[in-house]
Amino acid sequence: MPETALLPLIVASAFIGCLVPGLLARFGRNMSALGAAGVMASCLALLIPLIPAVLNGKTLLTAYTWLPDYGLNLAFRLDGLGLLFCLLILGIGLLVVLYAYYYLPESDRLGRFYSYLLLFMAAMLGVVLSENLLLLVVFWEVTSISSFLLIAYKRDQRDSRHAARMALAITGGGGLALLAGVLLLGYIAGSYELSVVLAEGERIRNHALYAPMLILILLGAFTKSAQFPFHFWLPNAMAAPTPVSAYLHSATMVKAGVFLLARLHPALAGSELWFWLVSGTGAITLVYAAYIAFHRYDLKGLLAYSTISHLGLITLLFGLDTPLSVVAGVFHIINHAIFKASLFMAAGIIDHECGTRDMRQVNGLFKFMPITATLAIVAAGSMAGVPLLNGFLSKEMFFTESVGHPVFEDMSWLLPLFATVAGILAVAYSSRFIHDVFFNGDPIDLPRHPHEPPRWMRAPVEILVVLCLLVGMFPQWSIAPLLGAAAGSALQTPLPAFELAVWHGFNLPFIMSLVALAGGITLYALRQPFFALHNRLPSIHANLVFKRLYEQLMIFAHRVVSWLDNGSLQRYLASFITFVLALGGWAWYSGSATLAVATYQPADSAAFAALATLMVGALGATLLHRQRFTAIIFTSVVGLVVALTFVRFSAPDLALTQLAVEVVTIVLLLLVLHYLPQHSPAEDSGPRLMRDAALAVGAGAGLGATAFAMMGAPFETISGFYLTQSVPGGGGSNVVNVILVDFRGFDTLGEITVLAMVGLAAHALLDKLILVAPRHDSDGRPWAKELHPLFLSILMRPLLPLALAVSVFILLRGHNMPGGGFVAGLVTGVALILQYLASGIDFALQRLPRHKAKLLALGLLLAAATGAASWLFGHPYLTSTHGHIALPLIGEIELASVMVFDLGVYIVVVTTVLMVLAQLGRLSRHHEEAI
Amino acid sequence: MEAIVATAIGILTACGIFLMLRARTFPVVLGLTLLSYAVNLFLFASGRLMLDAPPLIRAGARYTDPLPQALVLTAIVIGFGMTAYLLMVALRAMAETGDDHVDGREKS
Repeated sequence: MPETALLPLIVASAFIGCLVPGLLARFGRNMSALGAAGVMASCLALLIPLIPAVLNGKTLLTAYTWLPDYGLNLAFRLDGLGLLFCLLILGIGLLVVLYAYYYLPESDRLGRFYSYLLLFMAAMLGVVLSENLLLLVVFWEVTSISSFLLIAYKRDQRDSRHAARMALAITGGGGLALLAGVLLLGYIAGSYELSVVLAEGERIRNHALYAPMLILILLGAFTKSAQFPFHFWLPNAMAAPTPVSAYLHSATMVKAGVFLLARLHPALAGSELWFWLVSGTGAITLVYAAYIAFHRYDLKGLLAYSTISHLGLITLLFGLDTPLSVVAGVFHIINHAIFKASLFMAAGIIDHECGTRDMRQVNGLFKFMPITATLAIVAAGSMAGVPLLNGFLSKEMFFTESVGHPVFEDMSWLLPLFATVAGILAVAYSSRFIHDVFFNGDPIDLPRHPHEPPRWMRAPVEILVVLCLLVGMFPQWSIAPLLGAAAGSALQTPLPAFELAVWHGFNLPFIMSLVALAGGITLYALRQPFFALHNRLPSIHANLVFKRLYEQLMIFAHRVVSWLDNGSLQRYLASFITFVLALGGWAWYSGSATLAVATYQPADSAAFAALATLMVGALGATLLHRQRFTAIIFTSVVGLVVALTFVRFSAPDLALTQLAVEVVTIVLLLLVLHYLPQHSPAEDSGPRLMRDAALAVGAGAGLGATAFAMMGAPFETISGFYLTQSVPGGGGSNVVNVILVDFRGFDTLGEITVLAMVGLAAHALLDKLILVAPRHDSDGRPWAKELHPLFLSILMRPLLPLALAVSVFILLRGHNMPGGGFVAGLVTGVALILQYLASGIDFALQRLPRHKAKLLALGLLLAAATGAASWLFGHPYLTSTHGHIALPLIGEIELASVMVFDLGVYIVVVTTVLMVLAQLGRLSRHHEEAI
Repeated sequence: MEAIVATAIGILTACGIFLMLRARTFPVVLGLTLLSYAVNLFLFASGRLMLDAPPLIRAGARYTDPLPQALVLTAIVIGFGMTAYLLMVALRAMAETGDDHVDGREKS
């Protein structure tokens, strides 16, 4: 197996592994913690064999196609930058697992927590290992979602849920922008594979779509990395448990934004737009967030704003766009992750041991927890940029780059001055963190008595602080190879010469560092006037702005939804028809339909008479629809005219079916009307009627015109096959029936299944239902006492065997002459209905099979089994066979296997009609008893 | 002849849709029935209108297109099933809400 195959394996095992803690949680929190650590350790173990090659400057690539038509491939890449991030994600991840085990309450089994954490880790690994940009976006979205789950971990708390929603709205929105930007980028570069995109920098920067693409991608990066003005979600996200803050909101997820800047640097950077957008945003964020951090009372709030500020610094460094500034940016990613994660963990310890993290109460902790205090002081020193600590080195590189940056030739003093101000603020808030928390008198009203945390809770902080010192004092030995490889892949050019050393001599950057240290401490010492001034300034809370926007959006959405979805079927139907009309009208105008190619047939007087009758029926039913009984009569007229139309135009099968259906439908309508109001109330307003009439006329005119155009268009039948094959292939000369039971038998099987469902629905809907019918008709007259007129019942009884004989005849001849299972079934249904009408439901039901559901099943089974029988002879499903037999009286009939199929159809149709009828009849029995 | 059938389709559609837009279940069922006629006729007409040419194989005969007929035949039967089902739903709704409004309530 080639070693590159390990890359997808790392991501896959992380994603699969995220289930492990959840599954192990039932065995207690120890097991889920071990499971989480085990998953991370195995990912790390898979990564380690690849490290040497990457440190030597190799880029490992591997790809599997996924959706190649869309350019989305499972392509992975490991280079220096990816390796650096993998190490941060997995290394700090392991420490966070250990830390969270002690931080979260004993009662928490941790399964959910660790599973979310691993899901996040898996997505993050996916982001940094993606070679395909679309794949990267997919993982990017998963980080947003898993971050949402983690921030809302304390789901019973309103704050957590709100903060999580805000973070999701901002980073998810940024993710959408990123997707759009990446699609543009892929379009410009001609590929979504990073290897291609990174080599196309020249073409990308000169493309007309460069600016919108860059802005969209930067929106994604800036929202994720909490750059001004999208920064406000990050301080709110501190509602998450502190291990989450340490992992996501300092070391990893917020770094995804700056990771993207570094990743795409060769393709996107190098233009003025990049310089001003990226360095400008970074600079504003750097100073603004540092200023806010200085004024925070909440320990985690201070750290959150300082994180934003440091992310601003990294963004600024990538924006400055010199080779060395990129190196400094990558270096600061490492340093910040190390010292900020340790600071968050220390803050968590303080919160855990004191019960609060308000710096107005938390004072003088050095006496109570000297070891933790020492560790935190060292880490804070690194944050401030104190020499011999790692933060100093990257800050010194920043100062060096600010001096003599090529863009600011005329104002070469501006950037160094700005850098020094930022340095002063960083020192000031770091001093505040150290002095307020660990010195500054005694604690005030702490909920708990502070003391050192458990031994192993402190271990992750210790490890990280040792790293601060190692990198700070022996950079060349400890970090140079990794930094070189990472910066090399961010630049994609040979590395500039740089020297990692603690002492560069007494030069301007060193003076700037000294000024920053002295200035920061002075600022802190003189903080009271500043705080007073700050409190008097009007504050614009981005939080409030967001909240208001969010509420407005929700109100708007509710309005739209309640307008569209107000629970009124009439409204839905009207909007649906309007939409269809609009579409049809648009097609009519934009299309190039040529009318009337063929010659039309001349109309005769019979046709006009039929049309007149149909109009009387349809308009009568419509205009008099409130007199429901009358409307039924008018409707039946329409049905008869339609049946005659089928007769006229060579469709005897349709005419038969239509007639039979017509009778059954009208009887059903009459039966049901018995239990419904006999009249509709006059409740529709004039405008409503006008609107509906307009829609109806529009739709009618549209469909009529379409029908006319269709009938005039040139026509070539696709039925030639059916016509030529009906007799030799299907053994029947009634082509319609052969199509139904043979050529398209499977469709028919589906259709009778639907019909069978109607029969079952009758049972489901009406069984045990009791409806009280009115005791008199709508005009106040009582019902006739004579329920079943003797004349009718005497006449009907001999009709039944006759009708049954007819339906058998129709069934048998159906294959060759008009008829078949559907028609025969309906005729039988009509015959049974007549018995019911003439002699009452009890008379009818006594003479009918009782287990109708079984009969229904038998019908379906017959049809289905006929099809399956052809398997026995090695033919496909529903293959038919046929032969001739002679029957007395009927003559010679062509007996085809599909007749069994048709018998199934017949049984299903009859039984369905019966089931509906039996249920309605059961209702009417209450009525008869009442009379 | 075609114009007459097209007019019939148009009228049936208009009447059907107008009735379907009413607020009570029963007219809606009637409307659906009318609309089914219109749609069935439309489908049928897609095979063109031919006189004296039923698709029954005989010597020396001409045939109309059998495929739309097969489609319409099942459409008629399924349409019947749908009408029956809707009627039962209407009954059930009447029993549940004591009213035959399509939204299951009187409009306030």
